[in-house]
Amino acid sequence: MLSVFLEVLRRDLLLAWRNRADVLVTLSFFTIVACLFPFGVGAEPNLLRTIAPGVLWVAALLATLLSLHRVFSQDHTDGVLEQLLLSPEPPVLWVLAKVLAHWLTTAVPLVIAAPALALLFDMTQSATGVLILSLLLGTPILSLLGGVGAALTLGLRGGGMLLALLVLPLFVPILIFGAGAVDAYLSGTGANAHLMLLGGGSLAALALAPWACAAALRIAVE
Amino acid sequence: MESGQRFSLFRYAAPNVFYPLAGRLAPWFAAAAVGFTLIGLYLGFFVAPTDAVQGEVYRVIFIHVPAAWMSMFIYLIMAFWSAIGVVFNTRLSAMMTQALAPTGAMFCFVALWTGALWGRPTWGAYWVWDARLTSQLLLLFLYFGFMALTRAIEDPRRADKAGAILALVGAVNVPIIYFSVKWWNTLHQGASVSLTKAPSMATTMLMAMLVMAFASWAYTIAVVLWRVRSLILERERHTDWVGEVLDARGAQA
Repeated sequence: MLSVFLEVLRRDLLLAWRNRADVLVTLSFFTIVACLFPFGVGAEPNLLRTIAPGVLWVAALLATLLSLHRVFSQDHTDGVLEQLLLSPEPPVLWVLAKVLAHWLTTAVPLVIAAPALALLFDMTQSATGVLILSLLLGTPILSLLGGVGAALTLGLRGGGMLLALLVLPLFVPILIFGAGAVDAYLSGTGANAHLMLLGGGSLAALALAPWACAAALRIAVE
Repeated sequence: MESGQRFSLFRYAAPNVFYPLAGRLAPWFAAAAVGFTLIGLYLGFFVAPTDAVQGEVYRVIFIHVPAAWMSMFIYLIMAFWSAIGVVFNTRLSAMMTQALAPTGAMFCFVALWTGALWGRPTWGAYWVWDARLTSQLLLLFLYFGFMALTRAIEDPRRADKAGAILALVGAVNVPIIYFSVKWWNTLHQGASVSLTKAPSMATTMLMAMLVMAFASWAYTIAVVLWRVRSLILERERHTDWVGEVLDARGAQA
């Protein structure tokens, strides 16, 4: 059973490595969205420092959203998905592997790039640390819930816009706790509660989302 | 149930059995909706006293609160029908879910709109980023998402199942959204009606609001039954019984 998980994970990571331009495009998108905000709201350092956690989280959310189509669409087109569903292995396992691969190739690069962007917004070092931690704990939920959305909209016309409409409302709590963690840290109340909620949300999504995702994939391939 | 026939929970799950039943029930609920609305509005606008603090403007609650209740209830009912559809694989439950969604979105919009009209004189702003308003807005997006997804899928069976999963995922998330937004910001006044403590409003006001709540229930049931009848006809148009129904209707005209 574990071998399926590892094999699918290895395959997806290999495919991502071969198409590494996609990963870079996502990363550039994240950077450029974050850089648009100072042009919109003005480059006043205090203001930038205040909005930085929210801006970086929104940018991470949008970057994840735009990369979600990669999770299943390629496999849907070339028939791999159908073969995987026909195989005797439990779908939850390889769905989880694919979502993990998406998280490793999308969220982890964003987390690595975030400190550099935090510098642009003049965030303090310790606040940046909290931001990184909140991103690490929160982005798995984005990948897991987003995977469900991606599976539901697989192969539909206008799937991208539809996917945004489906998953963005569900992402709101993650945004609240993610950006809120940094604000709570800065205000002195401590970010523990927010970070724990994010971690708990990740575990809950890990337990529930793969099942919904597998069911949605079965419907899409039928 | 009819004599000699064993009671079956699933008897009315067959669209051809449910169709005439819905047709018989819908006018009654529509009449009840009109009756309750007239009584409720009369009580609300002419009998209920003027609020000591808010003046006449508070009277919008007779529409606002029932609409807000209804918008949340309808999502729960949608999730219920979706769960039934996923578990028992019944076609009718998916049709019910899809018939409910537009009414839920409508009530959501009415609640937001009347809330804005009330907020302007009371809070001094049409919109504040308060927990209840924000979660109501997100609920509206959930309804839109559900409707957009089921409309975007051409194969009705796939649309049914995908919609059911989305409704269930949404239902799990609604409380999370609500409490996260509540934590994020709270300005809205606390609930005036609660089951655990005595209501903090005059009895006539409460009566008017409850009657209006009944009116919105009756309205929802009537509209959903009519909508589900259209859905049944559309989905089952290849069957003989729909042909007979349409022939009979053609003969009447």
